[in-house]
Amino acid sequence: MNEPLSHGVVYIIVAMAAVTAFTRIAGFWMMGRVTLTPRVMRMLEALPGSVVAALIMPVILKEGLSAALALTAVALIMIWRRNEFIALAGGLALIAGMRAIGW
Amino acid sequence: MQPETGDGGPPPTWSLHGVREGVMAMVPALPGVAVFGVAFGALAAERGLTTIETVLMSGIVFAGVSQIASMELWSPIVTPALVLTMAITTLVINLRMLLMGASMRPWLAAAPPLQVYPGLYILTDTNWVATLRYRREGGSDAGYLFGSGLAIWLTFVPSTAIGQLFGVLIADPRPYGVDMILPLYFVALLAPMFESTRRSLPWAIAGIVAIAVQYVLPGFWYIIAGTLAGALAGGFLGDE
Repeated sequence: MNEPLSHGVVYIIVAMAAVTAFTRIAGFWMMGRVTLTPRVMRMLEALPGSVVAALIMPVILKEGLSAALALTAVALIMIWRRNEFIALAGGLALIAGMRAIGW
Repeated sequence: MQPETGDGGPPPTWSLHGVREGVMAMVPALPGVAVFGVAFGALAAERGLTTIETVLMSGIVFAGVSQIASMELWSPIVTPALVLTMAITTLVINLRMLLMGASMRPWLAAAPPLQVYPGLYILTDTNWVATLRYRREGGSDAGYLFGSGLAIWLTFVPSTAIGQLFGVLIADPRPYGVDMILPLYFVALLAPMFESTRRSLPWAIAGIVAIAVQYVLPGFWYIIAGTLAGALAGGFLGDE
């Protein structure tokens, strides 16, 4: 397992591409073999928010108050105006401003 | 009478108009994708990858977080053990996409495979959330899934080349908040779906479990642990 490979980079890229393609394809494929009961449907419905929460909550914890405020601002602007550009611009302006004053 | 789709929405269609709609919907997210791509390219150059290797990885792996993580493990002397370690790390980080793909099934079960699998091959967190919202708002065109992924692919892959070639020239983008564009964009996409406490409770559980697991387990297990906790909570909380 520890002797060097020639063209090793290519092996790494192909291995990473294969496992990643598996994760993208297999979930959809497998669900064709599972009965979509109401409970399974509720699990699928809870997924988007759960993935996003699992990805960003640790970021908020790491970045602190400025990130939490910017994310809250984006959510509020989005509910109010329903426009991603305005919401993103508002959130970015807030976080850039807070970082400029050293928060 | 049998419903035509598992989620009760209109049956799947596919058109170039849907592809275009998907591309256009991604425009607000593309600056964030480009910054992410440049960051990966600069890191890859630092670790000794050539431009071709960088572009090849971005084009066929096309999963930014796992690519950045792979650079942390990188060593110029490639052994079978290293290939295995990197494959397993990539698998763990990208496992969430199994669930993301699964969530497309109720809508796209009846669609021809050629209209679904190319879109799945270039699925990302960003265009997945956008596509689900498109579906919830009554959309049926599977071209949207492909087009939104394509817009990100066409932005990400050249950005990594630019980062690989010119990475050393790029100033720290942190003061402008660009490192926060993707988290902010996720929240913007999700906010209109924030409907009731019962619905958002699984999200809170996902976030809390992710934070807790991040302290206990190394690496990226927190993403899949938090996601699974949220999905299970969503499935069982509705039982009463």
